[in-house]
Amino acid sequence: MSVNQQAHTGPPYGQPQPAYQRYQQPGYGGQQMPGVPHSQYGVYNGPMPGYQQPAPPQGPLRTPPTSGAPPPTSGALLPVGQPAYNQFGQGDVQNGIPASAVQMPSVSQPFIPGSTPTSISQLSSFQQYGPSPTGAQQLTNHMAGMTIGSVPTSAAPPAGVGYGPSTSVPPASGSFTATGSGLYTPYSSSQGPRPASMTHGLPPTSLSQGVPLAQPAFSGPPLSMQRLPSQGAPRPSTMQSPPLSGQALAGLPASQPNHLASPPPPQQAMSGPHPGPPMTGLQGPPPPSTHPSQPGYQIQQNGSFGQVRGPQPNYGGAYPGTSNYGSQPGPPPPPKRLDPDSIPSPIQVIEDDRNNRGSEPFVTGVRGQVPPLVTTNFLVKDQGNASPRYIRCTSYNIPCTSDMAKQSQVPLAAVIKPLAMLPTEETPPYLVDHGESGPIRCNRCKAYMCPFMQFIEGGRRFQCCFCSCVTEVPPHYFQHLDHTGKRVDFYDRPELSLGSYEFLATVDYCKNNKFPDPPAFIFMIDVSYNAVKSGLVRLICEELKSLLDYLPRGGNLEESAIRVGFVTYNKVLHFYNVKSSLAQPQMMVVSDVADMFVPLLDGFLVNVNESRAVITSLLDQIPEMFADTRETEMVFAPVIQAGLDALKAAECAGKLFIFHTSLPIAEAPGKLKNRDDKKLINTDKEKTLFQPQTNFYSNLAKDCVAQGCCVDLFLFPNQYLDVATLGVVTYQTGGSIYKYSYFQLETDQERFLNDLRRDVQKEVGFDAVMRVRTSTGIRATDFFGAFYMSNTTDVELAGLDCDKTITVEFKHDDKLSEDSGALLQCALLYTSSAGQRRLRIHNLSLNCCTQLADLYRNCETDTLINYLAKYAYRGVLNNPVKTVRDALINQCAQILACYRKNCASPSSAGQLILPECMKLLPVYLNCVLKSDVLQPGPEVSTDDRAYIRQLVTSMDVAETNVFFYPRLLPLTKVDVDNDALPAAIRNSEERLSKGDMYLLENGLNIFVWVGVNVQQGLIQNLFGVSSFSQISNTMSTLPILENPFSKKVRSIMDMLQAQRSRYMKLIIVKQEDKFEMLFKHFLVEDKSMSGGASYVDFLCHMHKEIRQLLS
Amino acid sequence: MATYLEFIQQNEERDGVRFSWNVWPSSRLEATRMVVPLACLLTPLKERPDLPPVQYEPVLCSRPTCKAVLNPLCQVDYRAKLWACNFCFQRNQFPPAYAGISEVNQPAELMPQFSTIDYIVQRGPQTPLIFLYVVDTCLEEEDLQALKESLQMSLSLLPPDALVGLITFGRMVQVHELSCEGISKSYVFRGTKDLTAKQIQDMLGLTKPAVPVQQGRPLQPQEQPVISSRFLQPIHKIDMNLTDLLGELQRDPWPVTQGKRPLRSTGVALSIAVGLLEGTFPNTGARIMLFTGGPPTQGPGMVVGDELKTPIRSWHDIEKDNARFMKKATKHYETLANRTAANGHCIDIYACALDQTGLLEMKCCTNLTGGHMVMGDSFNTSLFKQTFQRVFSKDFNGEFRMAFGASLDVKTSRELKIGGAIGPCISLNAKGPYVSENELGIGGTCQWKICSLDPNTTLAIYFEVVNQHNAPIPQGGRGAVQFITQYQHSSMQKRIRVTTIARNWADAQNQLQHIEAAFDQEAAAVLMARLGVYRAETEEGPDVLRWLDRQLIRLCQKFGQYNKDDPNSFRLSDSFSLYPQFMFHLRRSPFLQVFNNSPDESSYYRHHFARQDLTQSLIMIQPILYSYSFYGPPEPVLLDSSSILADRILLMDSFFQIVIYLGETIAQWRKAGYQDMPEYENFKHLLQAPLDDAQEILQTRFPMPRYINTEHGSSQARFLLSKVNPSQTHNNLYAWGQESGSPILTDDVSLQVFMDHLKKLAVSSAA
Repeated sequence: MSVNQQAHTGPPYGQPQPAYQRYQQPGYGGQQMPGVPHSQYGVYNGPMPGYQQPAPPQGPLRTPPTSGAPPPTSGALLPVGQPAYNQFGQGDVQNGIPASAVQMPSVSQPFIPGSTPTSISQLSSFQQYGPSPTGAQQLTNHMAGMTIGSVPTSAAPPAGVGYGPSTSVPPASGSFTATGSGLYTPYSSSQGPRPASMTHGLPPTSLSQGVPLAQPAFSGPPLSMQRLPSQGAPRPSTMQSPPLSGQALAGLPASQPNHLASPPPPQQAMSGPHPGPPMTGLQGPPPPSTHPSQPGYQIQQNGSFGQVRGPQPNYGGAYPGTSNYGSQPGPPPPPKRLDPDSIPSPIQVIEDDRNNRGSEPFVTGVRGQVPPLVTTNFLVKDQGNASPRYIRCTSYNIPCTSDMAKQSQVPLAAVIKPLAMLPTEETPPYLVDHGESGPIRCNRCKAYMCPFMQFIEGGRRFQCCFCSCVTEVPPHYFQHLDHTGKRVDFYDRPELSLGSYEFLATVDYCKNNKFPDPPAFIFMIDVSYNAVKSGLVRLICEELKSLLDYLPRGGNLEESAIRVGFVTYNKVLHFYNVKSSLAQPQMMVVSDVADMFVPLLDGFLVNVNESRAVITSLLDQIPEMFADTRETEMVFAPVIQAGLDALKAAECAGKLFIFHTSLPIAEAPGKLKNRDDKKLINTDKEKTLFQPQTNFYSNLAKDCVAQGCCVDLFLFPNQYLDVATLGVVTYQTGGSIYKYSYFQLETDQERFLNDLRRDVQKEVGFDAVMRVRTSTGIRATDFFGAFYMSNTTDVELAGLDCDKTITVEFKHDDKLSEDSGALLQCALLYTSSAGQRRLRIHNLSLNCCTQLADLYRNCETDTLINYLAKYAYRGVLNNPVKTVRDALINQCAQILACYRKNCASPSSAGQLILPECMKLLPVYLNCVLKSDVLQPGPEVSTDDRAYIRQLVTSMDVAETNVFFYPRLLPLTKVDVDNDALPAAIRNSEERLSKGDMYLLENGLNIFVWVGVNVQQGLIQNLFGVSSFSQISNTMSTLPILENPFSKKVRSIMDMLQAQRSRYMKLIIVKQEDKFEMLFKHFLVEDKSMSGGASYVDFLCHMHKEIRQLLS
Repeated sequence: MATYLEFIQQNEERDGVRFSWNVWPSSRLEATRMVVPLACLLTPLKERPDLPPVQYEPVLCSRPTCKAVLNPLCQVDYRAKLWACNFCFQRNQFPPAYAGISEVNQPAELMPQFSTIDYIVQRGPQTPLIFLYVVDTCLEEEDLQALKESLQMSLSLLPPDALVGLITFGRMVQVHELSCEGISKSYVFRGTKDLTAKQIQDMLGLTKPAVPVQQGRPLQPQEQPVISSRFLQPIHKIDMNLTDLLGELQRDPWPVTQGKRPLRSTGVALSIAVGLLEGTFPNTGARIMLFTGGPPTQGPGMVVGDELKTPIRSWHDIEKDNARFMKKATKHYETLANRTAANGHCIDIYACALDQTGLLEMKCCTNLTGGHMVMGDSFNTSLFKQTFQRVFSKDFNGEFRMAFGASLDVKTSRELKIGGAIGPCISLNAKGPYVSENELGIGGTCQWKICSLDPNTTLAIYFEVVNQHNAPIPQGGRGAVQFITQYQHSSMQKRIRVTTIARNWADAQNQLQHIEAAFDQEAAAVLMARLGVYRAETEEGPDVLRWLDRQLIRLCQKFGQYNKDDPNSFRLSDSFSLYPQFMFHLRRSPFLQVFNNSPDESSYYRHHFARQDLTQSLIMIQPILYSYSFYGPPEPVLLDSSSILADRILLMDSFFQIVIYLGETIAQWRKAGYQDMPEYENFKHLLQAPLDDAQEILQTRFPMPRYINTEHGSSQARFLLSKVNPSQTHNNLYAWGQESGSPILTDDVSLQVFMDHLKKLAVSSAA
């Protein structure tokens, strides 16, 4: 499965067209499988073209593509194509359903108008698509149109149809069509088989036809996925079907070059694909084969790889359901789209992994072992390597040389979550106390004693596994070796036998050579008019009264050692003296915000139990005191300064909990102005929206880090408050930001309180320094996450909680050897919440390889995506978003191209061949590209983007996985008698049925989507109302009803909430309601409103890119 | 002569005025030859139990440059209802209210016995008095406790409608909000940062916020008063709150490491206090009362660093220009003092510490605003407690002996001009026809502002005779001076006291004896002393002494009777006889001698010297010594070492100290316990008598003197020994050959030697 190879032969562009042909052909040929796997591969081609188009604005680019094979024709086509395009796009949409070309056109036209009026307009759109942002937008438009269309389509045509539209259609279509058409024609021609199609293509009229086709085409693209392993072999037959599509294409002709792929098979594809194929597809995707001719489509599944597609029937090949295709082919209009089901499905992959690996514990004793996916529940047994809960790598097999690494372009990165919570069944790291002498370390590189250290000379010395330096074993640590060279006390000492453990640090590891005091929590509450009026202040105060009993205890202490302090603020700061000896709290106002200081020493930070009466009295009074406030101007930086100073004065580390509502415009340091400007989006200046307004906060953050002052920010904005700037300190101190836009007590209270509780209660390490040591040969060169670095090696974290993740990238600085492998040791020095200074050590051993195939066989796509997303999200700070997106696409194309070139068995260039381990890379990558940060829709606020950007930067693999590819569960399919979750389904609208309810979660939100035709009984059971129309959009929790269905759904939600580090916001979406747009945004396999490509289209595009690289 | 003494006394009692000369030389030339300038000591609010205030406005001369008040010296034409101003000779119409005026129906201000008269005028809004406590919390626990008790006690002494405020300081400065229930609020300021008044008001939220007009919420018209009263509340409203608040005051919590002084932000605290009042209640009577237990050690106005190893500046350092912070600090406090004075508020300083507290730098705060300066060893002493209590003492009418925001306006006949004033006042820079170009003291103006004054506050006012020698004044001509003091009475009334006095002119060439006879040597001594002390603030000590000496010699030359170059023939008339002796003691006094005094002490002594009335001033110059014995009633004796006898008890009052000194024998008797034996009850009475007398003084004096009960041979006896004329020293003890008296170990010259020299110099033709 692992690898799909595609051979991309020719230049994508030209190919596209070819692709089409191929598609059909190969698809057909190869597909045969059709029924099953389908070679969704076909799809590939499709997408590719689409993409390509982008690149070349239609005009030129296209031509280029055409250049590939059928340039001439394509050229000619192009013009035509463009028109076609429009039609296409439109057509697609509509097509979805009707398929009939005729209707399409009409529809299409309307669409077009929307997006771009006439065919001409289409052209323009085309260009936009591929190449430039503008294109994208247009695309988006198209997309939108398309999608809409798609819905209907789905309805009308059998599943197949629906699919077609939904998936690929839109985006790709745009571009595709254009090229496609061009291609098509050529294809057709080339294909020979489809003369008919050709004809279609030729005639302008085709447009109408094209339209329908186009849709199919879209679907087609997905096909490209071919890789659908399952098919492994050959979907040639399917491919053939494509050809049909091809014809359709022809209709499209004009439109599509890109589309090519997609269009064709639609219906067929649909049908075809559905069936298992996708799975199979995995293998060998693509259709390298014909690329040139039938470029994209051929999909090969791994197995099949090259082979299948090769076949001419690109299309066919592409489409899994070749057979179908075949049949359909005939039917010109219908199409050819890649069958979405035939392209690699995340759901399937997740399910497979769950089934295969969920049952056995994962034993970490073996070097370079790839752990189960993050979506799989598994137990870990630590036998010398750190649990994947602590460290996950993009690859568990590292190229021995940097050349190899460069060639593959696979980033070498580890995603480290040093303080991760373990399930109760697993043992937390043992604490090792070496007394006053402290941990044993290598003399040279200072690596800590670990299972990989080699004891020599009868145990009197050990050789460092990282730098090979030999160090004397201190007498008190000496132990004899057994006959295998192992120390006799091997199993008695965690640092010799386990991958993760902790050392008790000695005073040498403490700041100022003094053991730290327990940390402090300072609650800093905004008491502006807005905060008071919304009831927030009262809510916080009420909650704190009880919450203070649950401060982290850091182990088994009877009561928490953490001291607490309180501050309120508006334009000035109010400190509170809550010393236990006072009869009533004292408030001290500091108005000198320009030069902040803490006005009291004694009584500010107190032990909760000792001062409980005073604290309670204070929390009772705060809401009263400010009940009449009319202050709306706020300060912000001085608040942090105050907290910092307080911790400084108390000489301890700690955490600030800041509850803040608005842009700090009051005259004070760190004052900000409203610089929100949506017009900057898609310009070179867009990056400024992510950059802080002033570097004041960076400097402040530096000071905070030096003191171990971690800042958690709870934001309650009613308008722009510049998260990008306010978040700087939080971000660099390892804190968390929580954002509750338009906070309303009724709807957001629950979520906020849960977040607050979790945030206050969770274990945190303070004043931490993390260092990653590696074997000679590679070096940690880059770090992503919420922290501060003052040099190039030490990651400094004022605070690090159990949810925070640091991603580390490695680069070669020398050669590695296959024998010794590569070792990582992550050492985290921190102060526990009980005030104990500790070192947490995680060790991981990886294999090294000289064969690229080994690398590709041991990759982890989820981790890769985690890295890529973080890399891209950092990139937007300094580069235009488009550049970042292109770079991402390019890198992935290179990764896949390298695989195709070096690992896949030879096959037609038209086939898209994906490595088994990376077969989800395109779909996930597309999700990243479509995310709000990289491609914002009009409804996404600047603050949200900045917020998400920072959020993602600290996410672990599981979180990024669900964040980018949300989990969609059909609620109506739940088995109320069983604990299990219903099987997830793919994130595409066409998978939704009007008669069902679905739950979608992405780690931040939970949507419950209710179809219009849902049984009344279910509605009654779940929502407690009698009809669909009575369901309220505003409910923030489901009503508690005593029936099995309600209980089950609520228990599912509770379970999901428990899995996430933040409480997710519940949003009820009724089908055809205005909120549905919001929901659709998360159906990531579909074309997005903001111009993001559908999965199918993207796959085609990817394919095209790859082929371009290969040629 | 007796008549002159009586005249002087009578005048003082009626008008609170004593002139150095009671007959004035009629020309500028002659006046300058008199050596002692024509000047007076004016006690503007001298208590006059017999003087009921009149309830109407004074009648003013209509000439804009004059505006003198109608007085008994004015010529009145009853028929024409006209009066002539005796200063500018402007003829003025009586106002309509005076229509019924006639020889037999005169308004009070025309009657000679009302040369001093009080008017109560109803002008402007009445604002309550304001008391702003500024309290140092860097004190020893015991001190702080005592201070807290004193403050709490003081609340009961305040007028019930007075506004009070509380600022505490240590490392930080806290302005307490007084009206809160359930939680005590305060605004905190960094003690190291000087803030402008505007900043302070902004930070305290005293500036009117640009109130966003919100719908449905009409602006509250009373916003302004509400805001300002957060920090200044009527005592009757927040009595309990404030008492509790004071009770809960804690010592400054910031740690003071070994070898350091606590960080004390006196400069900023005062600045905030001033800014607070400036912003909220300008030009109303207010006292800022600073209680401090040590020197300011940080921020603007710091006097010494926090390192204990660096001692606070001494006179030695100052002379060597080695006082790092002095100039800057002085400047800070001067700026504050001027602002305070401009707003009509006053600053009191109650400094209680064993070491210096920076009074030298802060003195202008009290000197320019008329505030009190009190120096003690600890807040836990009766010296402080009673002194503080006495601030709130009441007069025979049951009203507080304090007045605020006064301005003193002086009018003179055209033969006179005003040289200046010395006292707790600042110039209002009112130029006018009466202002001389030659300044003596604070000059260049005919109006001064006295932000706070009490019945004892006395100003020295210096005049210049400008009449030319060739324009003789007709026989019987009189010169007149009018003092107009407008002030806010403690009852919140606005009052005006007008004192008009007149003296005869005399030609010094042929009527010198008249002038000589009318010399008031006590007043002259004090007036000269004030000039000397005033100079000492800016000049080197020896220069001042030389100046004083020269003046004395010239005076003796002018008025002594002697044969040239024959010291033994030197005689002074009775009216001058004591003057040299005053000068002798003045030269030795702490006002001019800094030896053995810290800069703070000097400042303290000078402060009081510049504001006390004549009697008290004289005591300061030359302490009074009473002797108690079995041989008769207590008698005043010479302030001389010869008065120190073994069988006497001495009581010395030097204003700042009351010393009871038991002679050697008495001390032995007491030690033997005779006073407890019934048969020696008379001894018991003898011991008790000086105590009773001392109590009497202690009861009334402000500030309460240091009370020293000592005996022969004890270290505390130094207070006495340093004051008495060292007629017997270790140098001449045996020369005198008798046992009486007690030798003083000093190299200072004795009065005898001093007089001998004086005579010699006075009669010297070379001089």
